[in-house]
Amino acid sequence: MSAAILFAALSFAQISLALAAGCACYRIIRGPRAQDRVIGVDTLYVTAMLLFLVTGMRTNSSFFFEAAMVIGVLGFVATVAMAKFLLRGEVIE
Amino acid sequence: MSHLETVPLWLAIPVGLLLVLGSGLTLLGTIGLVQLKSFYDRLHAPTLGTGWGMAAIVLASILLFSWLEGRPSLHEAVIAVFVMITTPVTMMMLGRAALHRDRKENAPELPEIARRTLGEDTP
Amino acid sequence: MSRFFPHPLLSLALTAMWLLLTRFSLGNLLLGAAIALIAGWAMGALHPRRVRLRRWDLLAKLLCIVTWDILKSNATVAWAILTNGRGGKRRSGFVCIPLELRSINGLALLAIILTATPGTAWLEHDQDSGLLLLHVFDLRDGDDWSGLIRNRYEAPLLEIFG
Repeated sequence: MSAAILFAALSFAQISLALAAGCACYRIIRGPRAQDRVIGVDTLYVTAMLLFLVTGMRTNSSFFFEAAMVIGVLGFVATVAMAKFLLRGEVIE
Repeated sequence: MSHLETVPLWLAIPVGLLLVLGSGLTLLGTIGLVQLKSFYDRLHAPTLGTGWGMAAIVLASILLFSWLEGRPSLHEAVIAVFVMITTPVTMMMLGRAALHRDRKENAPELPEIARRTLGEDTP
Repeated sequence: MSRFFPHPLLSLALTAMWLLLTRFSLGNLLLGAAIALIAGWAMGALHPRRVRLRRWDLLAKLLCIVTWDILKSNATVAWAILTNGRGGKRRSGFVCIPLELRSINGLALLAIILTATPGTAWLEHDQDSGLLLLHVFDLRDGDDWSGLIRNRYEAPLLEIFG
C-alpha cells in the first residue's frame, strides 16, 4: 500500500518536473530577449536539480544527491555570470 | 522498488503529499514562465519552484532517507539553504540587468516611475 | 581567542555543513573543524565589516513571519497563474519605496526576503537616497505596499541590525 502511494507520488513528481523542464526550454528557445533566455536557463537548472533529487529517492542512491548539488552550484554561477554580462557587457571587470 | 515497501503508511502519506505539492508548484511556476506576458511578470514565476517547491521536495527526501538509512539524513538541507541564499542573488541581478537594458533602449512598456535611475534626479 | 577564531559563527556553520555532507565520525569532526578554522582565518584576512546582531529573538520571530508570508504569496501567485490572472483582472506594476534601513547586512536580508516571496521582486536600490524600486506581481487598488514592507519587514530589521 505505502509502496503504491510512494510509487504514484514519485511518478507524478518526475513527470511534472520533466514537463516543467520542457516549459523552461520553451522560454529559452522563444526568448524574445536575452534576459528571458537567461531566466529560462536558471529555471531549467533548478528543475533539473529537483528532478535528480526525486530520481535519487526513487532509486535509493546517494549518487543523484551529489549530482544535484553540483547542478545547483553550476546553475548559480552560470546565471550570475550571464546576468553580469547583460548588465555590463563583460563578466569580470 | 523494493526499498519503498519497507516504508510505513504514516510516513508514505506525508512524503507523497510533499512530493506532489513541491513538483506541482514547480510546474505551475514554469507554466507561468511560458504564459506571462512581460519579463517583469515572468521574474516572479520561477520563485514558486525555488521557494516552497524546492523546500517540499527536500523535506520529502529528508523524511524518506532518514527512514531508509535508519539515522537522521540531513545533507539535503545543505541544498535547501544554498538555493534559498542564491536564488535572490540571481533574480536581483536579472531584474537589474533587464531594467538597465530597457532603460538604455527606452522600452515603451517601462512606466515613468521605473524610467529614471534612482537617486539621480530625485527631489 | 578572537585571533584564533576571527569568525566563530562562520567556522561553526562550516563544521556543521561538513558533518552533514559526510558521515559523522571523530575523524570527520576534526577534519571539518580544521577546514572551518582555516576558512575563518581566510575570512579574517579579508577584513569584512563586523556583523552585530542586537536582537536574536526578533530575528527568530521575523523568520516565522517570512516563512508564513512566502507560503501565502506562493498560494496567491499559483492561483493567479491557474486562473489566468484572475480572469484578466491582474495588473502588475512598479512601486518606489523610501527605506530608512542603511545597514548593508540588513538590506541584504531584506532583499532575500522580498525576492524569495513570489509576489514581489527587488529591482534596484539607491544607497544615498535609500529609495527602493520594487516590482509587484498583483497590484490591487488600495494596497499599501510601502506601509506593509516598512512595518512588517523593515521595522524589525532596523531593530536587529540597528
